[in-house]
Amino acid sequence: MTEARTTGTARVKRGLAEMLRGGVIMDVVDATQAKIAEDAGACAVMALERVPSDIRRDGGIARMSDPEMIDGIQAAVTIPVMAKCRIGHFAEAQVLQSMGVDYIDESEVLSPADEAYHVDKWAFTTPFVCGATNLGEALRRISEGACMIRSKGEAGTGNIIEAVRHLRSILGDIRAITQAAPEELFGWAKELRAPLDLVQEIAVLGELPVPMFCAGGIATPADASLVMQLGAQAVFVGSGIFKSDDPAPRAKAIVEATTHYQDADIIRKVSTGLGDAMRGESNPQIRFEERGW
Amino acid sequence: MRCAAKVTRRFVSKNVVGRITIGVLSLQGAFREHVEAFAALGCATTLVKLPEQLANVDAIVLPGGESTTQEKLLDSSGLREPLVAAINAGLPTLATCAGLILLAASVLDGRADQRPLAVLDIDIRRNGYGRQNDSFEAPLTIDEIGAAAFPGVFIRAPKIERTGSVVVMATHDGVPVLVRDGPVWGATFHPELARDNRIHEKFLMQCS
Repeated sequence: MTEARTTGTARVKRGLAEMLRGGVIMDVVDATQAKIAEDAGACAVMALERVPSDIRRDGGIARMSDPEMIDGIQAAVTIPVMAKCRIGHFAEAQVLQSMGVDYIDESEVLSPADEAYHVDKWAFTTPFVCGATNLGEALRRISEGACMIRSKGEAGTGNIIEAVRHLRSILGDIRAITQAAPEELFGWAKELRAPLDLVQEIAVLGELPVPMFCAGGIATPADASLVMQLGAQAVFVGSGIFKSDDPAPRAKAIVEATTHYQDADIIRKVSTGLGDAMRGESNPQIRFEERGW
Repeated sequence: MRCAAKVTRRFVSKNVVGRITIGVLSLQGAFREHVEAFAALGCATTLVKLPEQLANVDAIVLPGGESTTQEKLLDSSGLREPLVAAINAGLPTLATCAGLILLAASVLDGRADQRPLAVLDIDIRRNGYGRQNDSFEAPLTIDEIGAAAFPGVFIRAPKIERTGSVVVMATHDGVPVLVRDGPVWGATFHPELARDNRIHEKFLMQCS
């Protein structure tokens, strides 16, 4: 007996993002790190060849990871595995889909492949997450089929300031749009360079139609608490864990801080005795956030 | 459809709504959608992240999310023991997807250290239908909530491999997807994403 099933619907694609809310998605470069992340309570891992701070340091062209390395991570953990493709590089995305990764991140951290177009994400069964620095960018990505938005921040710096700027920009504009008169929404759509129907939708919803997470610069439990209190629904932590002194306890602490983000007593407790956070970079030469259009 | 829902809502509200508060475990995952579903039925909810927040609830919802993450947070928050005690003492419980994995007697294809609460007599296989590309929607027949098909949303869903002393309320492809043991209900799919509150409504009716 086989009953009817429909795969790849917007509901199941956005649904997985909804399941990740309140969780921490951790960048990992091999199976060992993936196990540490899962042990710490990560709700998903992002498989990539080098964490953003190393991409920043090494320079060169950053591409999709070797499928063998992603395979190894898929075999090592039971939680969802995400992987990155370059902006506009739909062939890399096709490979990631054929590998059965659970989410594809069309990421500005890798070197962009197309200076005009992002991937047509509607064409895929595998859901996509994309970065955004402002509401217009977020809505353009959603119109292309992104099922999750992450504020970009500035990956690999360990500096939270860009993440805060992007979150405040996106959420502030959403708050303003919910107060706008119907005829003002045409002006918002023009100003944001975003589809009118999405602007009208968020005027009603008061939030993006897909989950919004935060990435880029989170290095401490208090950072996670900060962005959650600002309105992020989950956090991505890249270099912040595996470039710190002692990754495992820091990973666990950030997981607990993300759950109990409003409870300063718990944040204090989990922040105590973690050793040094990643050193960080206050004036980065390369600005990943400027990639994407 | 809409009319029928209104009639049932009045019935529910007369008996239950306004008198009870549903606790929604909110350590990680899609707890918000459960809050919205109960709010649409006119029922109060409260988020549960710490043991003391469990004290005054009349029912508990264990939402979807990542079961390994939720399980670790159950331990670090100190919720595990009080939650098991409350469920064993008869607290009405609605568990979906990852939440149902937490309730199971044993978990297949899980982490070696996965230690479910073992309050529902089923064995369950994590990601039993495959990875995200295999996530699917399928209409479900659930006699207890009426003739109209219920939209089943299965996301990296677990598969029930053995049912002991539970009642099977719905199946897909011959496999149980909705089960109950008295006041404890478990679904491998996500009624909270279905935009159809009939399962929440039916669950409420036994929470008096």
